[in-house]
Amino acid sequence: MQSFTYERAASAEQAAAAVAARPDAKFISGGTNLLDLMKLEIERPAHLVDISRLPLDRIEETVEGGLRVGAQVRNSDLAADPRVRSRYPMLTQALLAGASGQIRNKASTSRNLLQRTRCPYFYDRNMPCNKRQPGSGCAALHGFNRMHAVLGASETCIAVHPSDMAVAMSGLDARIETISPGGETRTIPIGDFHRLPEAMPHVETVLGHGEMITAVSLPPPPPGRQVYRKVRDRASYAFALVSVAAIVEKSGDRIRSARIAMGGVAAKPWRATEAERALAGAAASDGAFTDAAEAALAGAVGHGGNDFKIPLAKRTMRHTLAAAVESA
Amino acid sequence: MTETKTSENHPSETRNGLIGRPIDRIDGPLKVTGDATYAYENALEGTAYGYILGAAVAKGRIAEIDTAEAERAPAVLLVMTHRNAPAQPDFGPAVTPTVPEVFTRARPALNSERVRYYDEPVALVVAETFEAARAAAGLIRIRYDEEPGLYDLPAHVADAYAPKRTNAGFETDSVVGDFESVFAAAPVKIDATYRTPFEHHNPMEPHATLAAWSGNELTIRTSAQTLANFRAGVASTLRISPERVRIVSPFIGGGFGSKLIAHADTILAALAAQILQRPVKIALTRQQMFANAGHRAEMIQQVRLGADTGGRLTGIAHDVWSATSSFEEYCEQTAVFARSLYAAPNRVTRHRLVPLDINRGEWMRSPGEAPGMLAFECAMDELAERLGLDPIELRIRNEPAQDPERGVPFSTRNLVACMEEGARRFGWERRNPTPARTREGRKLIGYGMAAAIRPNYIGAATARVAIDRGGRVTARLDMTDIGTGTYTILTQIAAESLGVPISSVKVELGDSRFPRTAGSGGSWGAASAGSALHNACNALKERILETARSSEASPLRGVNATEASFADSEVRAGQRSASLADLIRRIAPDGFEAEGSVAAGATTESYKTYSQHSYGAHFVEVAVDCDTGEIRMRRMLL
Amino acid sequence: MAKTDNRSGPTRRTVLEGGVATGVLLATGIRVDAEPADTVTAAASPTPVPTMPMSLRINAKDLAVELDPRTTLLDALRNHLGLTGSKKGCDHGQCGACTVLVDGRRINSCLTLAAMHEGDEITTVEGLAEGDRLHPVQAAFVARDGFQCGYCTPGQICSAVGMLGEARAGWPSHASANVAAASVALTDAEIRERMSGNICRCAAYPNIVAAIRDAAEEA
Repeated sequence: MQSFTYERAASAEQAAAAVAARPDAKFISGGTNLLDLMKLEIERPAHLVDISRLPLDRIEETVEGGLRVGAQVRNSDLAADPRVRSRYPMLTQALLAGASGQIRNKASTSRNLLQRTRCPYFYDRNMPCNKRQPGSGCAALHGFNRMHAVLGASETCIAVHPSDMAVAMSGLDARIETISPGGETRTIPIGDFHRLPEAMPHVETVLGHGEMITAVSLPPPPPGRQVYRKVRDRASYAFALVSVAAIVEKSGDRIRSARIAMGGVAAKPWRATEAERALAGAAASDGAFTDAAEAALAGAVGHGGNDFKIPLAKRTMRHTLAAAVESA
Repeated sequence: MTETKTSENHPSETRNGLIGRPIDRIDGPLKVTGDATYAYENALEGTAYGYILGAAVAKGRIAEIDTAEAERAPAVLLVMTHRNAPAQPDFGPAVTPTVPEVFTRARPALNSERVRYYDEPVALVVAETFEAARAAAGLIRIRYDEEPGLYDLPAHVADAYAPKRTNAGFETDSVVGDFESVFAAAPVKIDATYRTPFEHHNPMEPHATLAAWSGNELTIRTSAQTLANFRAGVASTLRISPERVRIVSPFIGGGFGSKLIAHADTILAALAAQILQRPVKIALTRQQMFANAGHRAEMIQQVRLGADTGGRLTGIAHDVWSATSSFEEYCEQTAVFARSLYAAPNRVTRHRLVPLDINRGEWMRSPGEAPGMLAFECAMDELAERLGLDPIELRIRNEPAQDPERGVPFSTRNLVACMEEGARRFGWERRNPTPARTREGRKLIGYGMAAAIRPNYIGAATARVAIDRGGRVTARLDMTDIGTGTYTILTQIAAESLGVPISSVKVELGDSRFPRTAGSGGSWGAASAGSALHNACNALKERILETARSSEASPLRGVNATEASFADSEVRAGQRSASLADLIRRIAPDGFEAEGSVAAGATTESYKTYSQHSYGAHFVEVAVDCDTGEIRMRRMLL
Repeated sequence: MAKTDNRSGPTRRTVLEGGVATGVLLATGIRVDAEPADTVTAAASPTPVPTMPMSLRINAKDLAVELDPRTTLLDALRNHLGLTGSKKGCDHGQCGACTVLVDGRRINSCLTLAAMHEGDEITTVEGLAEGDRLHPVQAAFVARDGFQCGYCTPGQICSAVGMLGEARAGWPSHASANVAAASVALTDAEIRERMSGNICRCAAYPNIVAAIRDAAEEA
């Protein structure tokens, strides 16, 4: 870990300005991902702006009937909030499927969205990685790529986004509120927040340097039963091989609408809009679920070690949709 | 029948009821309060922190190494590379060393510009703080001349060769009868190949050492399973006399075989402490534990079983191809148990090694049986399924009357009874022998079982035990407690033997100044050290009785020693008795001390005349998700 | 050899694949331009590391320390404050041996900076017992033999203390069938799930679960 200077931010505006003032400055909040990477010198900030104590740790009702989650709300507090548990159970399930009790007690809502991939080549400075070192190549393409992306990847990078929370938020159409160094604020739909790798896998979101997330707002819960299903090697404390967040609204024997997001398959939480379209108005049947899963994975490409994810994602989606309509 | 004979000789063994009685661990309160002090946690005035830098290539040589920036970095005291490291002996020949040598040979660090495996230490930075040392290690610039290496076991099986011996000194091959023709003609055959990956011990406490010199004397506070090995290994690597090396390791955060010999943390801490003339501590990082602290090699195993239609084995063949380091062989005795476990008139076992550019393999949790049984018992399961036999019944039908290759009787063998009792406790009768027939919702439920076997090893050990005039007992030996409960077991043995309460016994371990034992490993620890301590206590009792019978101050003067017993903190003989503390106060105010030893099992007659193993059985319930294939173990009985 | 920026240069592998096996590399694989030193010697008197003052409250004691900002809370405890009960097992938040309680909540002390905890109430395993009287969770670990080597034990115990508080507050877990339920019953499956951030390589898990079950029932 290279030397850095440290300051504790007094306000969101000041924090944004402090980071913006130096190209080598970074925000630190829970630290659970940043310090992990700094110890390995994958991240090498020379200045840290501690935003962990900013008063952005409340969950408030919105006028439209949703919730506005402060950027500094800890993952464990968000998961345990009674309003989230009753109205957005899928979000609680996703949060509780992620990391460990200790990590959830530190990790914040905003930095969970910004956590970086666990691709082993990203973590190994002796290996090429376009995300860590643009232009150096992608060792995962022809390496150990069992955990890697099957959707939205490029020849430069096949890493996946590791968050569970973000997958549920994607299915819930969350909106991300930010403040810029100049004090301007903006709201970004979660679907537009993360970038696919294309030619620049090191640019992972649309945030500018110094732009800080202040809150994530959740629209009123959509009708239908919410289910989050995570498939992983171990029973707990493991990243997803594949995960599916699904909200299915039924009308009689037919599906009125569905929202589906997938984790573990792409560099961002993957909203399965083709599957949603296939389900809208369809009979709630295995056949419809199979068609939806086929539509969702139609463009999927494996790289050898992760080929299994394509059938696994389809089966998981079918099974999750069936579970969602069973008790809807 | 070593153990049985011992108890026959001492029928009063458990009279005081302290052995076999569950008691709280002696070291429990220290461990739950954080007061148990592990290697890196020792504090010495002026200690500097070391951080090891590993090679970025897996084979080649260091063409250039630039340490200037690291040396200029804040708080850096020393940057050591192959260019300035003190001279050490070269690494020994690659052939599997003999049993004593494997534990004691020199294993130098930073001794050459050669890189033999990925993450091999190429530099050590020592600084005033851990943070400064780690940061400076990142500033060292190295140019490697990389060479192509071999890393893929399956791709190089054609290069396999037969080593001279396996680990623990077993024959590389064994042949009985004519397996090939019997197998060719067998009415029922299984020919299955199994692959197991590289496995790493990764005890919770990474390897760590605090080294400090006082004049010519070196004290190593480290995490060691076997102090004598560390002492000898450090002495031969540093080319000093073992008498000048003291190893201290009272608490060990797990070993599993990875702390039987000294590793780079120990050697480099000792060298740096000598150069800087101040204590130096080094811990391997968790990442460094994978390449630098031993592993079990990747293996390919072929198991062939020939049987008659009644399920009796006519031939067994167990062939093992294992990866090994190209610079020091390690041949795990993977097929050795197959020479003993089941009856069959025709048998072959063979070990072959494939040299790769990796670090040396080491002893890991049940060397031999752990990977070998996985393959062999899976093949037995395949055979049971082929024959339509219950897996337990198949094993019973192949139960040998005596050791099938050595032709000697078993000292003890209760495998059949163990499997039957296990089946009863587990609920084996609920098993559906047809695969994929038991369901719970979207889960398929499967039951499985396997036999277990492990040889009985006894290592040479000596213990010293003393009793003072307060009746307090102190036992000292260079044994270790790696979590196996040694402190507690030895306390029970001493208390039982001397007839004193647990609270009167203090067991001191983990210091090479104490009498030498075989340490912890191979499941020999408690049996070896415990036997030595038992003998030491007997010797102590003899000394006490001798003086008690002859001393004029003794209330037991003239008693018959054969009638004497030690119980309830008293010595009793015939109608007379005396408080142990009172007796010692009267006859030997300075107390008594005695030593006891046990010889290495392999040197004893009983090893030649008996096949000595312990046996067990495993029962497991596994669930497989029908939709996702997720496998979860739900129950295990062993 | 071309001068290359530290952060964007090709890695060893690309250098080698390009047929050039002789680039000067940072040990970490980053290519830079530098001449090797002729000699390597121990630094005579190194420059000191920059430090910053911080005041920490640990086990109900206020401590003023002067530390390198890089110091993690775990390294501050172990290397600077003589509180070695918290263990370093992985230094990356994956094993849980470093678990401490901050304002009653369990966290990985290896993944946080000491400097970030000014004003917090930090409790380590050394601060759980009251004098000679073990904390109920500590006592349960001894009674149930919830450990072997003992190296994961302080983290297991601090984690269990924090976890029991979470369960008392009604927090659900991944093992909870209904996350909206107001309270949880600490079944063995719940305990195992909630303790998954603490690894025990000796595999004392059945006894750890039993110890925590006992402590939960006692509370």
